[in-house]
Amino acid sequence: MIDKKMFLSDKIFKKDIELKLMRDGFGYGLLEAGEKDERIIALTADLKESTRVNYFAEKFPDRFIEVGVAEQNLVTIASGMANYGKIPFCTSYAIFSPGRNWEQIRTTIGIDGYPVKIIGAQSGLNIGHYGVTHQALEDIALMRVIPNMNVIAPSDYFESLKATLSMAVDDKPYYMRLPRIESPVYTTDKTPFMFGKANVLTESKKPESLIIATGLMVYEALLAYKELEKNGIETIVINVHTIKPLDEETIIRYAKLTGAVVTIEEHQVIGGLGSAVSETLSKNFPVPIEILGVQDRFGQSGKPKELFKEYGLTKEDIAKAVKKVIARKNS
Amino acid sequence: MKYTIDELNDIAKEVRQDIIKMILKAGYGHPAGSLGMVDVFVAMYYLVLNHDPSNPNWIDRDRLILSNGHICPARYAVMAHSGYFEHKELMQLGEFERILQGHPDKRYLSSVETTSGPLGSGLAQASGIAFCARADKKRFRTFVITSDGEHDEGNHWEAVMFAGKNNLSNLTMIVDRNNIQIDDFTENVMPLEPLAEKYKAFGWSVLEVDGHNIEEILNACKKARAIYENPTVIIAHTIAGRGVDFMENNPNWHAKAPNDLDAQRAIKEIRTMQGKIKEYGE
Repeated sequence: MIDKKMFLSDKIFKKDIELKLMRDGFGYGLLEAGEKDERIIALTADLKESTRVNYFAEKFPDRFIEVGVAEQNLVTIASGMANYGKIPFCTSYAIFSPGRNWEQIRTTIGIDGYPVKIIGAQSGLNIGHYGVTHQALEDIALMRVIPNMNVIAPSDYFESLKATLSMAVDDKPYYMRLPRIESPVYTTDKTPFMFGKANVLTESKKPESLIIATGLMVYEALLAYKELEKNGIETIVINVHTIKPLDEETIIRYAKLTGAVVTIEEHQVIGGLGSAVSETLSKNFPVPIEILGVQDRFGQSGKPKELFKEYGLTKEDIAKAVKKVIARKNS
Repeated sequence: MKYTIDELNDIAKEVRQDIIKMILKAGYGHPAGSLGMVDVFVAMYYLVLNHDPSNPNWIDRDRLILSNGHICPARYAVMAHSGYFEHKELMQLGEFERILQGHPDKRYLSSVETTSGPLGSGLAQASGIAFCARADKKRFRTFVITSDGEHDEGNHWEAVMFAGKNNLSNLTMIVDRNNIQIDDFTENVMPLEPLAEKYKAFGWSVLEVDGHNIEEILNACKKARAIYENPTVIIAHTIAGRGVDFMENNPNWHAKAPNDLDAQRAIKEIRTMQGKIKEYGE
């Protein structure tokens, strides 16, 4: 059952669960952070409204910087501003930032550990009709590999808001990826959010498998959990909102409890959440793992639902993987 | 302490010898660009910058960003002469855990201001600093040194537009216009001319100097301080490898360390100003 200490929404499995944009969570979070700390400034590369940095820009025009369609400039100017003593938030689409400006992020932000926050909106397949060129499916891998960089993929509106407030008061570099589409608000303002601490969303006396999810896939994992429960298969669902640093302790503890793991992410299976979990478990407590995500392929245009189905990111895919991993465990 | 131009030229000569010795010892480095920018660095550290070597993190110091980090031997040697660290550190260039990393690394030496090497990013970083400094009504200036070769980078021109758009008059860039880059002369690799006109078109003030004339460099920097309308670029015409006849204007010496014989010849040439003066004891 759902862990009550997580204070999840009463409507978690109802049809009328509220849908909201994680980008709005970021936008309002930044606005609130900006009110608290004058050092916070925001930059965009010609994507003010769609990244929702416009809320901040309207309130604090003097602390908002438009750099034009120039993502390398976006992060290197921010590097200079952080060098000076500011806390810059850089907003663009994930495919362009960190997609296009990786070396600049590594050299001018990563090495010295400047408190620059890179917000990659419209990440993942869910950007839909834009097609392959705009579907960032590699951004977690790109950012995870840079020392000093912290990586967050929130799973709903409230988490995105809390993550923004949390990174605003930390003097380290961050990457946060955000999807384009509205998603179910399954948490509440009371749901705990601690950077680097995974949220164990469900509890069970005899769980047969662990499901580790991030971003939009967390809700999909909860739907799979519900479906499996109906069929008498108990699982534990963990929301890994912080992909780096990974909450190794929680993951190892529940891997020991369940002996089987399924990971799911809206990202390439190479270098993302599944890789991070595998790296940890292979060193500490090897168990059978099924890694769901985009299987080393490029995307295409389509509705998010169609794409999730084609690329194996649905609750049905998760349920199937859970059964498979349990069978592997028991074989 | 006040120095005469003659005294500064003597310091520049010592710095050039240091550079040859440093790169010889390290077995790695970029001698041509480093030698070419010695006079600019001497002018900056001895005459232009408002700074305090005994308090390198002084909050109101002028900032000097080196975008083309590969010519750091020149900066390091001038910093040693002006008292930032002990002169003997120069002979540890690029060695394990030493402050003088092969490319400038702020983690090991904060007074280099930025970690740099990959080209095209320094102007943007300097623009970010200048933008904030102006917003906070700070009086310090931000200087940035860039190479001509790095003008091939898109990131650089993105920042040229940004500084021009925002009229960053507290920002001065010095371009090392030595006309060479790794593969060949700049005009063969990717033509940059008319460079001054390009900057004017992007909303910058443009000054041009002889990059080996310390007085001219000083005067241009003074003039740049007085320009309130927009950022200033000082195109410093330099001779890559300046002071060593066989290195001058030769792209082959962009990124090649001298061997012992080369180094001996080079140091002798620098000492005698290419045979124009007699060496001591000769």
